[in-house]
Amino acid sequence: MFWFLLRRIALLVPTFLGVTIIAFGFIRLLPGDPVLLMAGERSISPERYQQIMATYGFDRPLWEQYLTFLGNLMHGDLGTSIVTRKPVLQEFLTLFPATVELTVCAILFAIIVGVPAGIIAAVKRRSVFDHAAMTGALIGYSMPIFWWGLLLIIFFSGILRWTPVSGRISLMYYFPHVTGFMLIDSLLSGQKGAFASAVNHLILPTIVLGTIPLAVIARQTRSAMLEVLSDDYVRTARAKGLPPWRVIGVHALRNALIPVITTIGLQTGVLIAGAILTETIFSWPGIGKWMIDSIFRRDYPAVQGGLLLIAIIVMIVNLIVDLMYGLINPKIRHGG
Amino acid sequence: MSEVSTGRELDRSLDGRMALVREFWAYFRENRGAVWGLCFFVFIVMVAIFAPLIAPHSPYEQYRDALLVPPAWTEGGQWRFLLGTDAVGRDILSRLIYGSRYSLFIGCIVVGISLVIGVVLGLIAGFFPGAVDTTIMRVMDVLLSFPSLLLALVLVALLGPSFTNAMIAIAIVQQPHYVRLTRAAVITERSKDYVTAAKVSGVRLPRLMFRTVLPNCLAPLIVQAALSFSTAILDAAALGFLGMGAQPPTPEWGTMLAEAREFILRAWWVVTFPGLAILSTVLAINLMGDGLRDALDPKLKRS
Repeated sequence: MFWFLLRRIALLVPTFLGVTIIAFGFIRLLPGDPVLLMAGERSISPERYQQIMATYGFDRPLWEQYLTFLGNLMHGDLGTSIVTRKPVLQEFLTLFPATVELTVCAILFAIIVGVPAGIIAAVKRRSVFDHAAMTGALIGYSMPIFWWGLLLIIFFSGILRWTPVSGRISLMYYFPHVTGFMLIDSLLSGQKGAFASAVNHLILPTIVLGTIPLAVIARQTRSAMLEVLSDDYVRTARAKGLPPWRVIGVHALRNALIPVITTIGLQTGVLIAGAILTETIFSWPGIGKWMIDSIFRRDYPAVQGGLLLIAIIVMIVNLIVDLMYGLINPKIRHGG
Repeated sequence: MSEVSTGRELDRSLDGRMALVREFWAYFRENRGAVWGLCFFVFIVMVAIFAPLIAPHSPYEQYRDALLVPPAWTEGGQWRFLLGTDAVGRDILSRLIYGSRYSLFIGCIVVGISLVIGVVLGLIAGFFPGAVDTTIMRVMDVLLSFPSLLLALVLVALLGPSFTNAMIAIAIVQQPHYVRLTRAAVITERSKDYVTAAKVSGVRLPRLMFRTVLPNCLAPLIVQAALSFSTAILDAAALGFLGMGAQPPTPEWGTMLAEAREFILRAWWVVTFPGLAILSTVLAINLMGDGLRDALDPKLKRS
């Protein structure tokens, strides 16, 4: 297992370097002079221009700039936002919990609904439930989630007035941000109604962000389950006279879940891309909305840092998924 | 004499192709969803082609006396605006009809660009193991480690927001999938006897790559093409919605949604119909893609 781990991490090094090159190249690839670009509409004096050139190191050779960039990165220095003048890493970390809270809730929602739906659809193959679930999954899979979010707002916030339109919690509650996760912080604060308000704000974004993973997970669970159900060992278990729930829930499910877990892990990218749209619709103060805002404000250091950090997070999650896959499936660990 | 035999050979290969198409259609037809998807897709293509003939109004004309008119069948609706009008009095139905052109266009161009680049890179990677292969695949790994929509967004921010740049960005983001698929298929094919035979008989490398091996790798590529056609439409609409794709007043479906956002609680129809158009088009293509996969995947074929 140790060698497997080491090999997987070694494979990541070139990818990581490539990601840093793309993030580094991003500002330099912009057409035009980077300093004038950052200055935007404002005019800039020649002295100030030279000063900024020197601060950002644009006057030195490209390879030197890259090495400095890499060195700073290793020290956790991702530059300073042009707009807020705060370190990019600090901005990212302040907003990151909001996105984690949203994505974790979304993937949990997708798993809790998707896995049982897929199992039932496979067991009751060609039943009404199977057809309905798979039609629903295909629709969910084809869903433009930004529109789905707007529809849910129209219905639940506009017509029924059940849920709020935007934000993470009602403005009437104020408490210290201990963990950054609104669900936990509101519970810790002990204020009446705060937790309910946080949950209420979270419901629609969770559904919107969870829709595509839900569809993918349901489809994957169904097909993995169908494959396993026709295996000999399942027939043997049935022939032994084990109760059906035991055959399905214990014998078949354990093997069927292997590809499902991989599928769940591969949703990280989908979730982050979805978070950009979901956070924009619901004014959710996470990194997705921050990235969009930074792009519009031409805050290039923030965009660069965000791009890099998100890619690193996706890489780490994929690594964890790979390792878990190795743990569950010994064939992978020992072979190749 | 020789002419006759060539003619016959041609006939036979044509027959062979027809048989293949017929076999494919037999499998495809069994999937009712796929046939429905195909029908709807053909319908959308027709709408896009004949947009100027079908659309009741110009997609840009603003009827100042008819702002936010609800759909015709609801209270206050007018029959000249079947699906109602938007905030500046443009006919939503006409804008949707013209919008189909943008969505299909972006799908075709993105699939075209990413397929061609991806297949060429994949063939090269598959035929030149070692440094070339490793370099290409590592670059693809890097591109794939960014969430696709995010990378497309940043690329568009680089190039400047416009419909063309959105198209280029989405194509760049999608081609790694084709590279991976082609390479995997080429590596499986390369060790087969027919490739060795072709090599021994002196077939030159470009011909070997494109004429001998490539046709046998097509099945997964066709399925991927259908998949990325629908992803391209979704991503383009998402970019339009975020203000990074087609710019107003272009009647692109995602851009229409972005313009409609502030009216969601007052005028449901400006939001509902563009999204419905995106959803149904993407759904039709995905249904078709499922059918293609079932019909082309030899593993699932019942013998």
